[in-house]
Amino acid sequence: MSFYECYNAYKDFDFNKFWRELTPQDIAGILTKDNISVWEYLALLSETAESLLEDMAKKAHKLTRQHFGPTILLYTPLYLSNYCVNRCSYCGYNAANKIRRKTLTIQEVEQEAQAISSQGLRHILILTGESKYHAPLDYIMDCIHVLRKYFSSISIEIYPLDTEEYRQVIAAGVDGLTIYQEVYDEGVYDDIHLSGPKKNYRFRLEAPERACEAKMRSVNIGALLGLNDWRKEAFFTGLHAKYLQDRYLDTEISVSVPRLRPHAGSFQPNAKVTDKNVVQYMLALRLFMPRLGITVSTRERAEFRDNILRLGVTKMSAGSCTKVGGHTLEEAGEEQFAVSDTRSVEEIRVMLLQNGYDPVFKDWHPLTEDVIKGEENAGGNCAENF
Amino acid sequence: MEDSLLIGGRALNNRLFIGTGKFPNKTIIPEVIKESQSQVVTMALRRVDFDSEQENVLNYIPKSCILLPNTSGARNADEAVRIARIARAAGCGNWIKIEVISDNKYLLPDNYETIKATEILVKEGFVVLPYMSPDLMVAKKLQDVGAAAVMPLGAPIGTNRGLKTKELIRILIEEIEVPIVVDAGIGKPSEAAEAMEMGAAAVLVNTAIATAGDPVLMAGAFNLAVQAGRKAYLAKTGRTKYYAEASSPLTGFLTYEEAI
Ligand code: SF4
Repeated sequence: MSFYECYNAYKDFDFNKFWRELTPQDIAGILTKDNISVWEYLALLSETAESLLEDMAKKAHKLTRQHFGPTILLYTPLYLSNYCVNRCSYCGYNAANKIRRKTLTIQEVEQEAQAISSQGLRHILILTGESKYHAPLDYIMDCIHVLRKYFSSISIEIYPLDTEEYRQVIAAGVDGLTIYQEVYDEGVYDDIHLSGPKKNYRFRLEAPERACEAKMRSVNIGALLGLNDWRKEAFFTGLHAKYLQDRYLDTEISVSVPRLRPHAGSFQPNAKVTDKNVVQYMLALRLFMPRLGITVSTRERAEFRDNILRLGVTKMSAGSCTKVGGHTLEEAGEEQFAVSDTRSVEEIRVMLLQNGYDPVFKDWHPLTEDVIKGEENAGGNCAENF
Repeated sequence: MEDSLLIGGRALNNRLFIGTGKFPNKTIIPEVIKESQSQVVTMALRRVDFDSEQENVLNYIPKSCILLPNTSGARNADEAVRIARIARAAGCGNWIKIEVISDNKYLLPDNYETIKATEILVKEGFVVLPYMSPDLMVAKKLQDVGAAAVMPLGAPIGTNRGLKTKELIRILIEEIEVPIVVDAGIGKPSEAAEAMEMGAAAVLVNTAIATAGDPVLMAGAFNLAVQAGRKAYLAKTGRTKYYAEASSPLTGFLTYEEAI
């Protein structure tokens, strides 16, 4: 069984009727529980639950402190290429858009890596548009090879791979996968993915489980809010996260809650998503899965990011630039979407400390054989403690 | 009275071990350690950034403390062994806390893989302190393969629920010769004192201090509680009686008879 069967089991459910019948007392009852069922999670996503948002927030804050402490992991994206063969109506990299395209050379990757790591960041997320022609797997492997010199954790957000390919990138040093389904509703998915391999709904939907099969250390999924009714999309994302966590206990599962941002192109969101909606979604997720990672990107405004710190976030991007080569190159490619929080890594670090949070720059140490050899040869880094 | 704890050839005068994860700001770690009077400080190797002055947690741990790097992040024995080797190669000494967790929901240790990792690392000369689910047979095995102490959990990591596994830990204390260090779950100083009164050799506390409103004050409270619990243990607390005892013994007349 794959998550596709799980999706099918719920897709025709009458969500609106379920939500209409809920009372604030039902929600209050759920908030007294330690373990929350899938149905209770769905109830927390209702309009009725909005009236108990503050109670949800208090509980979410407590659970997050308990399981993660006041820590926020920082990472940054590195765009390798913006060539794309797909036509996703909501994205600036859409093959039909006339934008400046670019794939970084290996030298340029190294240059960007130096610039990023000099800011203290040790976790990197590499991204490409979906073009196996312009950014083939061999190229990705070469990039990983260079990036390992600078970063202790490398995640990928590239076209979906098969299980064997995931094994290959893991062996090369990748420990994290980010892949968004974008929209779980199969009909809407078909409508907004106009052409290209991404039209294959199921191949994308099952990518996270293929990565878990291949023993990926962490997997981050998400729906792009704004493409469909956010409440339903939030439900399916939570269901997906739970499905993965229950089956692949040794993979760390996290969820991103991205909203549509301005981009090159004219697509307007199908459904408006307010700050309050994003908050409700995050809170419900936290109560449903207390140990789930929750990621917030620089798509969100600085002020909003600061305010939601206490509501369940565990990972944040910092110092982001969505242009290919945007950190060091003058001739950078066009951006995928507009970044909203433009603060530097140092500014984010200070902000977190001021709010009583520990900015975590490194949370993984690679274990591949050559790394161990390297450490043995280097030796003595903390010997002065004795 | 001299009452030190011997582990791996080192004598410790303080029985509170502390963790460095989950602090809001690394700069308070020295103060927390000072107030706790702890001599053993654990940290996750995966969080140590050797290349960054500011982010390297080791810079905040006093040189007089014994570093206890842990293998957090390891999902099996092989990964734990690799992490231990990296820690030693990087100069973090030869103490290692084995933490093998392949369950991201509850973060419960994998006892089987823990035994395997312990056996390998002891042979390589490490002082191994394995974190485990309290199970007598597993503790015996860990002892047999050379663990310097065993670290049973009081409750799942980070839950602050206290000594939920008390009865099982009590059995370990009774049956196992190497020191029992209660690790994980302790949420309040009173619970640390309780573990010590039972006869635990030491306790390891992280979340309860790091996420307290005032971590420094809480570190001091734990230090006192651990000392109090230890003293109570040494003083041999009065036996808990489940039935009332008649103040004049029912068989007293027998002695009376003999005396006549
Ligand atoms: S969302 Fe991804 S696949 Fe779609 S157009 Fe943009 S880059 Fe290409």
